[in-house]
Amino acid sequence: MMWRFGLYDPSFDPLWMTHWALAGALLLPIMAGLLGAIFRPSRALPVVLACMPILVAGVLMVIDYQQAGLLRWQWVIGDIEFTLRFSGLSALMLLITQWTAAAVAMYTPGYLRLTYPDLNNRWIWPLMGLLVSALSLIWLAADLLTLYAALEIMGLAAVGMLLLSGKPAALKAGMRYLLLALVGSLAFLLGIALLLSQWGSLNLAVLVELVEQEPITWVAAALMGAGLALKAALFPLHGWLTPVHENAWTPVSALHAALVIKASLYILILLWSILLPETLLAPRLIAWLGMLAIVWGGLVAWRADSLKTLIASSTVGQLGYLMVAFPLLLGPGIAPLPLALAWDGFWLHLMGHALAKAAMFMAAGNLIIATGESSLNALAGTSRRLPLSLLIFGIASVTLMGLPPSAGFTAKWLLLQSMVLTQQWVAVAALMAGTLLTAAYVFRVFRYSFDETAPRHDYQPLAPGMDLIALCLAVAALALGLLAHLPLALLHGGGA
Amino acid sequence: MNAAWLPLMTLATSLFAAVAIFSLPEEARRVRTSINLLAAVSKIVLVTLMVGRVSEGYEDTFSFQIVGGVDFVLRADALGVMFAGLSSLLWLCTTIYAIGYLEGAANRKRFFGFFSLCVTSTLGIALSGNLFTFLIFYEMLTLSTYPLVVHSGTAKALAAGRVYLRYTLTAGVVLLLGVVLLYSLTNDHSFASEQGLSPYLDDHRGLLTLIFALLVGGLAVKAAMVPLHGWLPRAMVAPAPVSALLHAVAVVKAGAFGILRVIYDLYGIELSVELGVTTVLAIAASITIIYGSLRAIAQEELKPRLAFSTISQVSYVVLGVSLFGPFGTIGALAHLLHQGLMKVTLFFCAGNYAEELGIHRIDEMDGAGKRMPLTSFAFTVGALGMIGLPPIAGFITKWYLGIGAIQAEMYWVVAVLVASSTLNAIYFLPILHRLWFREGPAHGKGQWPKEQRLGRLETHGWLLWPAVFTAVISIGAGLLAGLPFSPLDWATRVAVGEYLP
Repeated sequence: MMWRFGLYDPSFDPLWMTHWALAGALLLPIMAGLLGAIFRPSRALPVVLACMPILVAGVLMVIDYQQAGLLRWQWVIGDIEFTLRFSGLSALMLLITQWTAAAVAMYTPGYLRLTYPDLNNRWIWPLMGLLVSALSLIWLAADLLTLYAALEIMGLAAVGMLLLSGKPAALKAGMRYLLLALVGSLAFLLGIALLLSQWGSLNLAVLVELVEQEPITWVAAALMGAGLALKAALFPLHGWLTPVHENAWTPVSALHAALVIKASLYILILLWSILLPETLLAPRLIAWLGMLAIVWGGLVAWRADSLKTLIASSTVGQLGYLMVAFPLLLGPGIAPLPLALAWDGFWLHLMGHALAKAAMFMAAGNLIIATGESSLNALAGTSRRLPLSLLIFGIASVTLMGLPPSAGFTAKWLLLQSMVLTQQWVAVAALMAGTLLTAAYVFRVFRYSFDETAPRHDYQPLAPGMDLIALCLAVAALALGLLAHLPLALLHGGGA
Repeated sequence: MNAAWLPLMTLATSLFAAVAIFSLPEEARRVRTSINLLAAVSKIVLVTLMVGRVSEGYEDTFSFQIVGGVDFVLRADALGVMFAGLSSLLWLCTTIYAIGYLEGAANRKRFFGFFSLCVTSTLGIALSGNLFTFLIFYEMLTLSTYPLVVHSGTAKALAAGRVYLRYTLTAGVVLLLGVVLLYSLTNDHSFASEQGLSPYLDDHRGLLTLIFALLVGGLAVKAAMVPLHGWLPRAMVAPAPVSALLHAVAVVKAGAFGILRVIYDLYGIELSVELGVTTVLAIAASITIIYGSLRAIAQEELKPRLAFSTISQVSYVVLGVSLFGPFGTIGALAHLLHQGLMKVTLFFCAGNYAEELGIHRIDEMDGAGKRMPLTSFAFTVGALGMIGLPPIAGFITKWYLGIGAIQAEMYWVVAVLVASSTLNAIYFLPILHRLWFREGPAHGKGQWPKEQRLGRLETHGWLLWPAVFTAVISIGAGLLAGLPFSPLDWATRVAVGEYLP
């Protein structure tokens, strides 16, 4: 399991160019954000130009990884050791983060211009930059201190972004989120302290060797797991998610649902595979909660009245798919084949969901801007007036439903195959029920939109490109399903 | 030599058409029509090329890897090309018909976009080289037909769409489970593999039966086999060209075609008989045939009567498949084509009556033969063909099915065929009697429900000619059945390939 996270000794040192690419990937987002705060771009073009170098840095790193295999950086400052590792998994996550975030950034100017023409909105840019940098750091971090710092920065940047809309409801939801995130961080920090006192190291690769199964490890794992589950909005700790998304700006919701909660989930699975490699109970517990999440998220989304509530609840259900995969990844005596299938399916689903959920939030944001209302009832007649936004919503929901051809389908296929091989029939049933529930709430949106009885003609026109960016993301989620072997090849380790 | 581009391009023509139509504005009527027709004609050309290649003995294959152990495969084999030929021919007819039918209506861009996607999916189903690829297009078909079913946006249409989704998506999930189980058992299994699944018989008999039940159960929903047929009569609220396409090629045929694939190319007919599943299937098909006909008699409106007739007729295909022996196979395969031709004719005619005269109920049809002679001629051809009268195509298939039943020593199937033909006559002949022999508004008695003069001819030319064309083809397929490349000839070729390796 550990080699999958890149916790082994690399055969090559990074080239000098890779150092620069790393620095670019980690620092350029912040700098671009600061530039954004100064110049406040109101068109997409400057944003595109600012994103370019970041994307290039990411691609360069991936190319280097493909040539040299695992890359590792280590610095010692005083007594503290900082370690970064760039594995296949990091490469994938970095790419998905950068490209999704770039799409969201390009979407933002048009959104702000149409929604808040008078608002002074310079703060979104540095926060977004900080968020992307922190996320990139999380995918690379290989010691607990770096991981913790990046997690904190990411959480605070996320809270800041969620508060930006300034509505009283947003403030309330944002403060609650902040409070819960702090509680989560505290639990996480406590876990770190326990591990440090017991094993004397924060380096993950060292911990892999040292950690033994004893109560203190379990307590630490439980503390960290609870904290991360809270941050990742894993059922039943998801209560804060819907109000937050309901009141936040669309690009912020898109980033948050697509990437931020995934980061906590990533850390959770990373730490548990180090601390609890042989435990039967914890992954089972997560899986049972995941099944409940699938059903609960689906039901709430089905009953939702507003578009954003629907999408936010759908996130809870979709995370359930990932939770259900936990016993396939962690635990004693999992055969190699099901493990490999589930591993591929897990990350493929995570990526597909990131792309599709961002696209869906954008499409929904466009619909809300155009109709001026956020309720499902207001969608009547949109299939005639706003076909493109609705089509994007549809393409994105194909991935969420897990219907072919989409990343969601291929991922579900892999997970199902793994579950069949390990004979986890309840999980199979949960996945199938999830498909039908997702279809139920998605098609509810379409049923409203096909209604022709309420003709309205006063739709606000959208800025050029707003639909196009969302379309690109949604189509990428489809393409990921058919071309799944490309990212998965990266996941299986490139080069040496 | 492998021309991988051929199946891919055949699939891509209608996909390109869909993308192009979606990116055009709603008002671009002429460009859209040109794209539609161009794509339909070039698809026919490509399918003709494929027919040529297959008859020369090639099986053009396009494939790439999706994930480890799972490939995306398009293969032009005889069975697939047969279905592809049917759908591309009827796509052209239906497109022409739909252009005339929707003239001046709203949301035409959406309609034709999803229409093209629907045909893409059908073609994909025809050319799928393994079960995974089949599943992809099978689900795509569900998604692309939903907007067509609810096209009118009325409460009734939306309710029908909901029922349609409930049935088909649930079926899709069941099918997915079957496919996953099969892949877990055998890994990737191409339709072209010679030996079928018989190597697994000894160790996994129960599992194989379970997988068969899941696969065929999932497919039977789209094939509208009783008791999984509930969505079909409700989906009648869709516009006439959609009903025509749904009933003749796309949805119900996709289900029937899937069952064909599972039995012939996945399990192999010997293994299916060995497992005893074919007998169960034959009984289910017989029940569907009789039940559909009985319900059809009870309908007072034209389109629902045709819908129940479809339920009954499509199961002839399944019945033919479940008879062990070449004649049953030939009958089943030929019926796949023949029923498509005749049923599309009937739906075109029903749409013409509704558009031109406002006729929806059967008792409003008195004397319509005088007012709309060509449409009524086409309808008569279709109806007589359904009953199984020579020389129309429907006769051929019933004849072969009957021989197949006798060869398989399943004499009760002959009784089912006779009973069904009688029932067909009971529900079609009164309509023909009304059309031609009763006096109605055309003779000065009463008036039509809602008469429109849509064209110089008896109705709009774009509505009339497709109906006449498919009617003539239905006669041609029966009269010229002995010629090479007729549906019967091609079906024989497939059946021979199946039974004489």
